[in-house]
Amino acid sequence: MTMVGINESVKRREDPRLISGQGKYVDDIRLPGLLHLSLVRSPHAHARIKRIDVSRAAKHPGVVAVFTGADLQEQLGSLPAGWVVPDLKQPKHPPLAVDKVRYVGDAVAAVVADDPYIAADAARLVRVTYEALPGIVDAEKATKRGAPILHEGKADQGGAPNNVAFDWEVNGGDYAAARKKAEVVVKERIINQRLIPNAMEPRGVVAQYEPASGQLTMWTSTQIPHLLRLLFALVTGHPEHKLRVIAPDDGGAFGSKLYIYAEEVITGIIAKHIGRPVKWIEGRQENYLATTHGRDHITDVEICGDKDGTITGISCSVHANLGAYLSTFAPLIPTILFGIMLVGVYKLSNIQCKVRGAFTNTTPVDAYRGAGRPEATYLVERMVDRFADAVGRDPVFVRRKNMIPAFKNGREVATGVKYDSGDYKKALAMALDMVDYRQFKAEQRAARKEGRLLGIGFSTYIEICGMAPSAVAASLGAGAGLWESSLVRVHPTGKVTVFTGTSPHGQGHYTSMSQIVSSQLGIPMEDVEVVHGDTSAQQFGTGTFGSRSVVVGGSALYMSLQKVKNKARKIAAHQMGVPEKQVEFASGRFVVEDVPDKSMSFPDVALQAYHAKNLPRGMEPGLEAVSFFDPENFTWPFGCHVAIVEIDPATGEVKLKRYVAVDDVGKVINPMIVDGMVHGGVAQGVGQALVEQAVYSPDGQLLSGSMMDYAVPTAEMFPVFETARTETPSPTNPLGVKGAGETGTIAASPAVINAVVDALSHLGVTHVDMPATSEKIWRTIQDAKSRRRNGRKR
Amino acid sequence: MVTSDFEYLAPSTVAEASRLLSKYRGEAKLLAGGHSLIPLMKLRLAEPKYLIDISQVKGLSGIKDERSAIAIGAATTYAEIESSALIRRRFPILAEAAGQIADLQVRNRGTIGGSLAHADPAGDMPAVVLALGAELVALTARGTRTISVDRLNVDLLTTSLRPSEVLTTIRIPNLPARTGAAYKKFENKASHYAVVGVAAVVTMGAGGVCTGARIAVTGAGPKPVRAKRTERILIGKELTPSVIRRAASRAGAEIGDRFNDDIHASSEYRAHLTAVMAERAITEAAARAK
Repeated sequence: MTMVGINESVKRREDPRLISGQGKYVDDIRLPGLLHLSLVRSPHAHARIKRIDVSRAAKHPGVVAVFTGADLQEQLGSLPAGWVVPDLKQPKHPPLAVDKVRYVGDAVAAVVADDPYIAADAARLVRVTYEALPGIVDAEKATKRGAPILHEGKADQGGAPNNVAFDWEVNGGDYAAARKKAEVVVKERIINQRLIPNAMEPRGVVAQYEPASGQLTMWTSTQIPHLLRLLFALVTGHPEHKLRVIAPDDGGAFGSKLYIYAEEVITGIIAKHIGRPVKWIEGRQENYLATTHGRDHITDVEICGDKDGTITGISCSVHANLGAYLSTFAPLIPTILFGIMLVGVYKLSNIQCKVRGAFTNTTPVDAYRGAGRPEATYLVERMVDRFADAVGRDPVFVRRKNMIPAFKNGREVATGVKYDSGDYKKALAMALDMVDYRQFKAEQRAARKEGRLLGIGFSTYIEICGMAPSAVAASLGAGAGLWESSLVRVHPTGKVTVFTGTSPHGQGHYTSMSQIVSSQLGIPMEDVEVVHGDTSAQQFGTGTFGSRSVVVGGSALYMSLQKVKNKARKIAAHQMGVPEKQVEFASGRFVVEDVPDKSMSFPDVALQAYHAKNLPRGMEPGLEAVSFFDPENFTWPFGCHVAIVEIDPATGEVKLKRYVAVDDVGKVINPMIVDGMVHGGVAQGVGQALVEQAVYSPDGQLLSGSMMDYAVPTAEMFPVFETARTETPSPTNPLGVKGAGETGTIAASPAVINAVVDALSHLGVTHVDMPATSEKIWRTIQDAKSRRRNGRKR
Repeated sequence: MVTSDFEYLAPSTVAEASRLLSKYRGEAKLLAGGHSLIPLMKLRLAEPKYLIDISQVKGLSGIKDERSAIAIGAATTYAEIESSALIRRRFPILAEAAGQIADLQVRNRGTIGGSLAHADPAGDMPAVVLALGAELVALTARGTRTISVDRLNVDLLTTSLRPSEVLTTIRIPNLPARTGAAYKKFENKASHYAVVGVAAVVTMGAGGVCTGARIAVTGAGPKPVRAKRTERILIGKELTPSVIRRAASRAGAEIGDRFNDDIHASSEYRAHLTAVMAERAITEAAARAK
């Protein structure tokens, strides 16, 4: 029996089950009479559907039914955007395409059969006649005159003229004036490449309809069971109270399961239509086409300031690729989660940011771990280095000179948001200490003499977490509240079940939330059960994304625990015959002040609450509490990551030699879990910096369409991570936590690219786009050398 | 990601496997480790009607010491090669190269014979075996045939194995005294196949002069090839860094204008890597030859 507190590295309670193969994922759901669904997907990036002939598929032995978009148009509805920025164009997004396909992978027909093999065979028998149209994959080119139009028609008729979904901007101070006064202006065009999330478990859906009760149950691999139920009800008209969404064990998501997907609607509606349970399981290749991608920005950025290293402004103009349709949170990611982060940790008072969201003939783009913040941090941290280089100063000097000084209780920045608390210089100092900057510089000089290329890169990042104060979010376009809920049910024996509205998919909530309960009620962790991901079990909740679960969900849990404790204290005081204020709660017992032998244990009180033979007058029996926590502000984790790389001058290959991560995520519930999240996040950030990229041919075929062609980072790419933390509690929630799920991904990419550029800086290299593949670096070195040769000749 | 229908056959002898191959000529595929074939079948790029599983065939796997050579059964896994004391002692390059293939799971399943017969243009084993001058034994119902490794690779995914032949043994002859061998691979970060891999086997004469060299390149072009131009430059010379560099710079000569070009590496970069990997492989092989 382990009593645990906050800030203890207990092993994850969920792991023995998961690592011994006893997890239960969507594909493990087996129901009597289960049918299997396979989707016919478009091989064209852009085409008109002229005709769909399902006759051969329908006759194939074992096939139960075949549906086209036209068959189910009414029932399937159209997938909406869940976040609406001003003047957003919202073209229809039918789950099964009706007259046009807009990306390779767009679903056009659904085949339902007795087993998945028959379904796959029969799907190949569906004959679709297409009239191919020219496609466009580049967000900037898509908005130019003459580009093929994805969503035809005027804006008020559901069209998106010039493929523009929105033009969004955020401004602070007066950038134009700052630029005019500035002694130094540095410009760059920066590409933040498209990524494929690669959750270990692709998506999957099982749906079962009971005609007698009208109840539809859906098991799906999702981060947002409650929001999904709401969205499904809104899209299809199926009554919300007759829909139960269950998110069973989930093999990862990284943001890619945070939406309502076509397949969820298709599977649910077909199950309802046929009256038998239906399963759809996504294959890996299918996942590359049909599950959202991340990033994909083309940005012209400018930073300005003075020769002494003072930065006065930053400005950027972004073309954000949204893919063919608006995914649920697509309008949020490249706007609010990006634009308001452009201040970084600096005293930057002049900001100008314009973002144009563009439709292209590619897989829809939405949140991917970090979601907007990595793109912003990459720009800011890259440009701070460019600026330092331009003024001839050390990047650490420039960072320190411009950093916001330490503060504990809120500080408004130029983009109009209020950071919660921070001590940026402290994190930087700790990282410098760990990495021994001076020693490294000496090593670098010596290495250069031998022709070796060593580089160091810094990323003093900040991010926004704890989504979200609902009213603020709503004013920025959110279509739902972003608070979180908890219900704490104390059983008569004193055991506790927590019902949380969060929906973990690898974050370890079972452990962290048990720790919070154990620390508050003084009962062993083993006496706590955490129930999540079932809309019929929990009160409404929001889900797990944006490093919000402990910040918002943990706080909701904390609040319910206080309510339970307060009621229990009243009962204990009443039964021991003393005034409530004389009762203290310590180590799981209610003790009368100064009378240590007069006490009741928490389980004793719980039993009394249910027995109800002697409760204070007017008190209701039972012991449980529900809370809905809506934070007053976001949280703002920060830190300093440092990468050291060595480049092979002959091949251009970049090797990560050291990686130091100092993070400040506020108070920490479980340091081991936080370390684990930092490790995974850093690996993904380094993956983007060095190897990952989704590549489309100009006509819209996904060339990096499998793991043979899309590089996912592997363990051999990494040194042992050196992690440390500073702790600046957040004043915005009772736990003082800030969120830790995304720091690594956000911080790592700029740290690594800054290191790569540093390694090549003596050759005159000032920027390299991600991913810094061997060939790209080799070419960069060749180009730099030939520039130098030509320079000397002149 | 599900295969088409196929019939699964599991013969217990090589002769039976060969008979099945001729019976279902053109419609059957041999299945060994399955790590190349099954993914192709799942993508429906390969749709054999009959799958002849040779993993249960007796005598097809294992490593034998034949004194003047070692004989490796075609169905011997990479993991067995990587961990074999005999191979580590006699042909460490084979163990080193096997250890660089994919990941442990693949090495536990994938076989040397499967790699050679599949003839992926970026496979590691084909280059190493080519540099080692192996002999391949193939069997049909009518008898056995010995094929020099120099005549194995015909083109992309194509070998000189006949439709009903089953590759049974890879025989690697002993290397002369003062011979060193090394395999250098520049890995594709996604597939972990070779973008370019170079295997070098170098023999030094008593007078410090190179007396023999077999250099093989994989990943660069449509099939693994000997870098004969490079070999000729090396032989008869002291292997100084500048000689090695000059020789290595010609390692792509036999590939000519057939360098692969894809999203992972342009043909120009592959040509460059061929020289770099050749230089590194030869340098290490020469150092080991002493």
